[in-house]
Amino acid sequence: MTTTETETTARAGAVELAVAQGGMEVRQFLRSREQVVFTLAFPAIMILVFGSIFKGTIGEGVKFTQYFVTGMIATGLMTAGFQALAIQIPMERDRGVLKRFLGTPMPKWVYFAGKVLMVGVIAVLETVILLAVSSLLFGLKLPDSPAKWLTFLWVSLLGITACTLCGVAFSSVARTGRSAPAVVTPVALILQFISGVFFVFTSLPVWMQNVASLFPLKWLCQGLRSVFLPASFGAHEPGGSFNLPMVGLVLGLWCVLALALCLTTFRWTTKRDG
Amino acid sequence: MDDEPAIRVRGLRKAYGDTAAVGGVDLEVAHGEVFALLGPNGAGKTTTVEILEGYRRRDDGEVSVLGVDPEVAQRRGAGAEAKRWRDRVGIVLQGTGEFDELSVGEVVRHFARFYPAADDPAAVIERVGLSDKVRARTHTLSGGQKRRLDVALGIIGRPELLFLDEPTTGFDPEARREFWALIRDLQAGGTTILLTTHYLEEAEALADRVGVIARGRLIAVDTPRSLGRRDSALATVSWRTPEGAWQRTESATPTAVVADLAARFSGEVPGLTVTRPTLEDVYLEMIGGAA
Repeated sequence: MTTTETETTARAGAVELAVAQGGMEVRQFLRSREQVVFTLAFPAIMILVFGSIFKGTIGEGVKFTQYFVTGMIATGLMTAGFQALAIQIPMERDRGVLKRFLGTPMPKWVYFAGKVLMVGVIAVLETVILLAVSSLLFGLKLPDSPAKWLTFLWVSLLGITACTLCGVAFSSVARTGRSAPAVVTPVALILQFISGVFFVFTSLPVWMQNVASLFPLKWLCQGLRSVFLPASFGAHEPGGSFNLPMVGLVLGLWCVLALALCLTTFRWTTKRDG
Repeated sequence: MDDEPAIRVRGLRKAYGDTAAVGGVDLEVAHGEVFALLGPNGAGKTTTVEILEGYRRRDDGEVSVLGVDPEVAQRRGAGAEAKRWRDRVGIVLQGTGEFDELSVGEVVRHFARFYPAADDPAAVIERVGLSDKVRARTHTLSGGQKRRLDVALGIIGRPELLFLDEPTTGFDPEARREFWALIRDLQAGGTTILLTTHYLEEAEALADRVGVIARGRLIAVDTPRSLGRRDSALATVSWRTPEGAWQRTESATPTAVVADLAARFSGEVPGLTVTRPTLEDVYLEMIGGAA
């Protein structure tokens, strides 16, 4: 231990800080091997399993895989945004990481910016892996027009935003890091079953469809179906069309609602910290 | 602001439910002073310190830390003002915050980005004695090494005021000595330090003044040497008689007693010791009295 007074480093600008925070989050993610495997490869593994079991078509020569991939993209986005954050944040709160950030001059939003960047990187990676595996092994037909790619982009972006905000909002529900997976996983799982991820949505009981319509996952799946299924399949949707305006509206409303919850209920310290 | 002490607390109160954790604490810490807060677990040390750090709200009382009310600085929308206040305050919490998969160097460099005049990360890592662990992932560090990392993160912003909540818990004696040298070093550089500790020898070695907190009240504040008037307390002289029995006497003039004994034994007095109450003795008596 010496008394050397050496040159100082100037404070990073806000944007630079946010990017550095994001880089730190991504690095932490990539270094925990189990997380990388389970998060990035999960949707692809699911498509391998389901694609191998259900080899049939769902009409008009469209393979089941073509339907199932939309649910898997949506699940991937929900896992990266909602599940990951709603579990990770309570754990970091328990470990005192949040409290420590709070004690520094770091602007609070930088913490969330770091999480958003991490979620973005994971979402892009897992979606690309999923699409690549599906195309190579199961002959998935990728969107064939710029308009469809554009729809894919905005639906995914709005969906991941809603999921991320919901994840941050839901992070205040679990009281301890240890209980977080138990609190979050059932919510995610039930939403997947009722929102048409594993089964064709219209084959579900009507009351279940109605419940699912209250939550973002159903609309995210529906928006993605408009991209990956032929236009004629819109007629099979509950309202007789893919109803993209409604997809945008519901996902947008969830963003607003979740943001309001984040701003009012987010906790930086645990209950025992007072 | 220069007349203003670094920390000024008047009538601080905080209750959790019906339990008063802090029941009217007054405290002043001067600029450049090292102040140690002693007290048993649950006495209100951490609650007091965390109110000063801006983590907890108080129920009543006035608090000024570097001329700013921490509660105001912590409020949403306090913005630039809060950030300037946080720039000047370094915090080492009681529990460690872990960044499992990052290395020591990465964490310290990252925290350096938060401050306007941060110290050189490599120099700070050297200063806390973690130079050979720069590349080690933080989860591989021992308890004492994690604590040193906490200290590094507390001082990376070159704070005017440093809070240390039980900083050396889990240190081996050698590490503790090294840590003390670091604290003396910071003090020589003008840093004000508020320290809580369970180790009385630590308070004695480092602090200009110590405060004893018990049951939410500050029951004594003094220099370590004169806390509980131990500097003027009677000395105990003990020795062994030629028959082998232990003999002891309390005296305000122990030198005279020893001279007298030396004459009586005409030379070495067998088993001679002269002791005064240790800081621990007066401390235990104080908190025993308060309980």
